Amino acid sequence: MNAVSHAVTEPARLSDTGPTQRPSGRQPGPGGSGSSVEASRETRPPKVRAEVRNLSFYYGQNRALKDINIPIADRQVTALIGPSGCGKSTFLRCFNRMHDLQVGTRYEGSITLYPENVDLVGRDIDPIEVRMRIGMVFQKANPFPKSIFENVAYGLRLRGMTRRSLLAEEVEQALRGAALWEEVGDRLHESAMALSGGQMQRLCIARALATKPEILLCDEPTSALDPIATAKIEELISTLRAQVTVLIVTHNMQQAARISDYTAFMYLGELIEFGQAGRIFTNPAKKATEDYITGRYG
Amino acid sequence: MENADLSHHIVSRFNEDLERARGNVLRMGGLVESQLALALRALLDGDLAAGNEVVRCEYEVNALQVSIDDECNRILATRAPTASDLRLVVAIIKTVTDMERIGDEAEKVGYIGSHHSNLDHAPEHYRVMRHLGSEVQGMVRDALDCFARLDAATALAVAKRDRLVDEEYEAVQRQCITFMIEDPRTIRRAIDLLWIARALERIGDHAKNICEYVIYMVHGKDIRHTSLKDVEKQLQAEPRPPAVLSATERPQ
Repeated sequence: MNAVSHAVTEPARLSDTGPTQRPSGRQPGPGGSGSSVEASRETRPPKVRAEVRNLSFYYGQNRALKDINIPIADRQVTALIGPSGCGKSTFLRCFNRMHDLQVGTRYEGSITLYPENVDLVGRDIDPIEVRMRIGMVFQKANPFPKSIFENVAYGLRLRGMTRRSLLAEEVEQALRGAALWEEVGDRLHESAMALSGGQMQRLCIARALATKPEILLCDEPTSALDPIATAKIEELISTLRAQVTVLIVTHNMQQAARISDYTAFMYLGELIEFGQAGRIFTNPAKKATEDYITGRYG
Repeated sequence: MENADLSHHIVSRFNEDLERARGNVLRMGGLVESQLALALRALLDGDLAAGNEVVRCEYEVNALQVSIDDECNRILATRAPTASDLRLVVAIIKTVTDMERIGDEAEKVGYIGSHHSNLDHAPEHYRVMRHLGSEVQGMVRDALDCFARLDAATALAVAKRDRLVDEEYEAVQRQCITFMIEDPRTIRRAIDLLWIARALERIGDHAKNICEYVIYMVHGKDIRHTSLKDVEKQLQAEPRPPAVLSATERPQ
């Protein structure tokens, strides 16, 4: 954080995205035998992976986010909670520049990604490059109408990986990382559309993990799933925490309490309260937070 | 949880569940309080009927404890309470345990009191217990009031009074030892006195526990096993946790 001043002088392009050329000091991705060793090297308290500063976001004249300031802890789960329309998803989507395709939207402030000190919402950053490093999983599983293998390999092919053996290896690693390998390992070339809802969602997580993102954004990833599939995804997210920073939007209060390390409560586009999940759910400081998580009308 | 706002849940049955549980705790508190009063009357006035009444109340208190625990289990399973609601339910579960034990101790006092009232142990022999008894009775009453009103400040003051009860207990102990040394024929009575004093002292401890749960409910701070002086400082220094990450909470 002491190198903030370097941010402007950094090359505008995010650092190279080849899977084998990750910045050092960080495990390349999910799965793999070395990941736990790498993760255990990390000492507590967690480092800040990204810092959101005075972030405001406009849909035309409508200011959907108002001066948000949050540190995102490295390899921890940060949950965003709040009533519908409070800006959680809008906030999440800022991280991978999903708003850019919509006309009339505008960012203010910054989301600084460490250790490179790049501003994710800076004008001179290529959104495609941002999305390569920040994966996203949506509320509804959206696999491509292709085989399971091709779904996961898609992002890797986009990056120019063509060697079949290498692809197969990466796909297996991603599927293992998403706790799906045991279930689909023997039918990789069947259509992904034939999977169950929970499996599809884990496939989407595997697809996101294949390109070895540094941050994984999850927008209500379990809201369309049954309790068993939900439990599997929650378990998966807790395991993923060893390798990737997770930012999750959820409407399920118990889910946020169970899986998150840090929780942010948003209301009407503002950040009301942010803190360790244990404290937010047992002893929130703000009445608005209290009313929301206890299910009161304020 | 600055005020006793159990209502205003979007799910109105949740309001009712919490209100019912809390109402039952207050009812149980009332019963335990009268149990203690009856026990002291049995002891100090040699009132045999009062002693029997203490024992009868015990069944009612036990039944209430079981039903409140059931209610809390159901709330935890079906409503998954958070924040102040969670603290309320946790505090209720703990409070009823302490209240039930207050009832048990009162029963002991009542039993000894009524058992000996018609023997040669004239009730005036138990007069040394009067001060200890009224002090403990006051603590229980005030602790239950604090619970009803969610009054953390008073709860802290009441918890502090436990030290007085302990001192009083020490005094009774010394007095009993003196009796025994002076006249070995009083040993039997002195042992009874010690049992009673011990029971009353334990009731004071349980009342103190209830005060601690009240502070936990209101401030979200677990102050068990902390010196009350430190607690006072903490509560004054930081009445509420910060709304954003404190320095110790923030990732580095």
